[in-house]
Amino acid sequence: MDLSAINPVVLIASLMVAATPILLAGMGELVVEKSGVLNLGVEGMMIVGAVSGFAVAATTGNPYLGMLASIAAGAALAAIFALLTQVLMANQVASGLALTLFGLGFSALVGQSYVGIVPPRTEKLTFGPLTDLPVLGRILFNQDILVYASIALVAAVWYWLRATRSGRVLRAVGENHDSAHALGYKVRRVRVLAILFGGACAGLGGGYLSLIRVPQWTEGMTAGAGWIALALVVFASWRPWRLLGGAYLFGGIMVLQFNLQAAGLRIPVEYLAMSPYLITILVLVVMSSNRARSSLSAPGSLGRSFHAAG
Amino acid sequence: MSHPLLSIQGLTKRYPGVVANSEVTFDIGEGEVHALLGENGAGKSTLVKAIYGLIRPNEGRMLWRGQPYAPGAPAQARATGVAMVFQHFSLFDAMDVAENVALGMDNPPPIRELAARIIEVSNTYGLPLDPGRMVGDLSAGERQRVEIIRCLLQNPQLLIMDEPTSVLTPQEVEILFRTLRQLRSEGKSILYISHKLEEIRALCENATVLRHGKVVGRADPRQESARSLAEMMVGQTLHVPSRRREAPGRPLLQVENLSLAPQTAFGTALKGVTLTVRAGEILGIGGVAGNGQDELLSALSGELRAAPSAIRMDGTPVGGYGPTARRAMGLLCAPEERLGHAAAPDMSLIENALLTGAWREKLVRNGFVNWTKARDFAEKVILRFDVRTPGSHVAARALSGGNLQKFVIGREILQRPSVLVVNQPTWGVDASAAAAIRQALLDLAQAGAALVVISQDLDELLEVADNFAALNGGRLSAPRPVPGLTMDQIGLMLGGAEGDSDVAA
Repeated sequence: MDLSAINPVVLIASLMVAATPILLAGMGELVVEKSGVLNLGVEGMMIVGAVSGFAVAATTGNPYLGMLASIAAGAALAAIFALLTQVLMANQVASGLALTLFGLGFSALVGQSYVGIVPPRTEKLTFGPLTDLPVLGRILFNQDILVYASIALVAAVWYWLRATRSGRVLRAVGENHDSAHALGYKVRRVRVLAILFGGACAGLGGGYLSLIRVPQWTEGMTAGAGWIALALVVFASWRPWRLLGGAYLFGGIMVLQFNLQAAGLRIPVEYLAMSPYLITILVLVVMSSNRARSSLSAPGSLGRSFHAAG
Repeated sequence: MSHPLLSIQGLTKRYPGVVANSEVTFDIGEGEVHALLGENGAGKSTLVKAIYGLIRPNEGRMLWRGQPYAPGAPAQARATGVAMVFQHFSLFDAMDVAENVALGMDNPPPIRELAARIIEVSNTYGLPLDPGRMVGDLSAGERQRVEIIRCLLQNPQLLIMDEPTSVLTPQEVEILFRTLRQLRSEGKSILYISHKLEEIRALCENATVLRHGKVVGRADPRQESARSLAEMMVGQTLHVPSRRREAPGRPLLQVENLSLAPQTAFGTALKGVTLTVRAGEILGIGGVAGNGQDELLSALSGELRAAPSAIRMDGTPVGGYGPTARRAMGLLCAPEERLGHAAAPDMSLIENALLTGAWREKLVRNGFVNWTKARDFAEKVILRFDVRTPGSHVAARALSGGNLQKFVIGREILQRPSVLVVNQPTWGVDASAAAAIRQALLDLAQAGAALVVISQDLDELLEVADNFAALNGGRLSAPRPVPGLTMDQIGLMLGGAEGDSDVAA
């Protein structure tokens, strides 16, 4: 095994790329859960976003149109979820799981003719002399636009939830929907908008996978990224900046796993491949073992259907 | 001619199958404290929801100072000058006081400015409040302050208060009344909803009585007795629970030096609780909410285990047993929280009857449920305790609070317990159902069971209990016989050494 083959600068730069899909999807789900809705369909929305973005980009030759298509596709799938859970009052857990299964199947069907195609390249941004800085230039000033956008999204959501009136209303709806309703807030409308936002973010995360990270289309290519995003929200105890940290931690594990394989670590590949998921489970166990603390940070109405009374 | 502040004329609200309000008409004058009286389900809440713009009436109209008033949403009502303090607080635990206040306002100023105004207004009205505290950490009385301040900041003309004192201590009630009187002297009107008649007599100058959605009486509460008001509300002569008192028998439940660490971050530790209840005796335990009532019930029911000898039933140490084993021995419990603790909300009454009755009523054989027997048992409870429900197949959630409470208590009583522990047996239950439940408890004691009644309603405890003890910070005072006990003495017991002056009689 030759650890010197691993270049820490490249490692950090690529972990940011690896983390961006789960960061985007996790950020969307964080907002959804803050509004009191548990959408387990993140994986499904991501993969539909991935295939739609890929198809549009491959057809038009423009990766940015592809990203827009990813956003639209994720939001469209989320709209189905919103219809089921907010209008028809279906169970959120079952609807979310169904959404994931549907998304996986639907994307496989749509994506058949796109297997093996190379999508148009998304150029990395350069910042002139800044990009040429040693170490920092490679990490901070030579990434694609979505890496920056995802970090900006974290800051925006953090500020929005903390300091704006609409953000406060969203938290209130998630904390206690009966109280929010009694005060005259439109619980259902807030939740539908949050779900659509979550879908758009998950779709974009999926599009990032197929257009930039991999970049190509293969069936089932999200490979559990949506579930990691869901776990991340709990891991971050519903706080945006912690979610960023968590996403980069998980991204790091994924990248390191590839690097260790390349460096010839003498353990079976499968162990490395499963390590992010194992660590997710471990983190969830550790987080939830401290009952009082995790229950305090979870939105009070999370996962409960809202029936307006009176 | 001057117009009343709010005039309600012929208001009718129909729901499928029920008429919640029918032709309700009354006026609220400027600077008047107007009481709206009625039992649970009489239509009080529907009526105030219409005034506050949460629902639209089917017929009738409202006039605000002579002008038509038909709010389509709470924001519109607030803009007109109507504010409401809810019975079940509309607060958000994980947010701080200032954020909670901001959420109830239509155009809140920036949080820092708002915090300064909260401090200012709360001091003016004698309701001190720290805007930076998390609402989840506040006591019930402080939570209500948040609601009231939220209303006052909008400078309302009409303040609606829905059952404001049901969760307050006598001292907190006194503070609230001072605030309300101050508001009245400023010319503001208050619509005060309650079924606590003594309070209404102390505070209000006009009362409108509702029964089954209709106005059945108007009165000046200061001229009426609590009893005449109650009979107007119920529409019949009230039955006062009674029993013959007999010499108590042998000790059935003995608790010695029971100490337990708190179970949650907001829980209370039990410290050296000692008590004895004899056959045929009722021990009443009073105390302000959150002083260890839930913990004591859990310790007695077996949800929390203790040292085996800390709890003895008829001499046998049971402290280490779980609920099922204790049930089998005849120690039954009915906790306070009806939905989610005493009953599973989404399960039918049959299933709920099965949940605690399975062992003593032998509803399960060889691991299989005998549904016929379970249904018979549920229907026996429904029949004997006059539970109003379309049938035993109905989900517990669908019952009104009073009816579910009758079911939950009845379910335990019909299992012929030798020791029964109940927490808040008549909380949120209307007067006639409460009287029925208390009578059932007295009958059970008469038949030779030992009862522990934990309640925050002191009048209730004085009515049913033989001995009274108070919980304070997880410690239980020494029990004292109820006959001859004065409210002052009770106040001292409740507060330890402090709080003897403000106790409302």
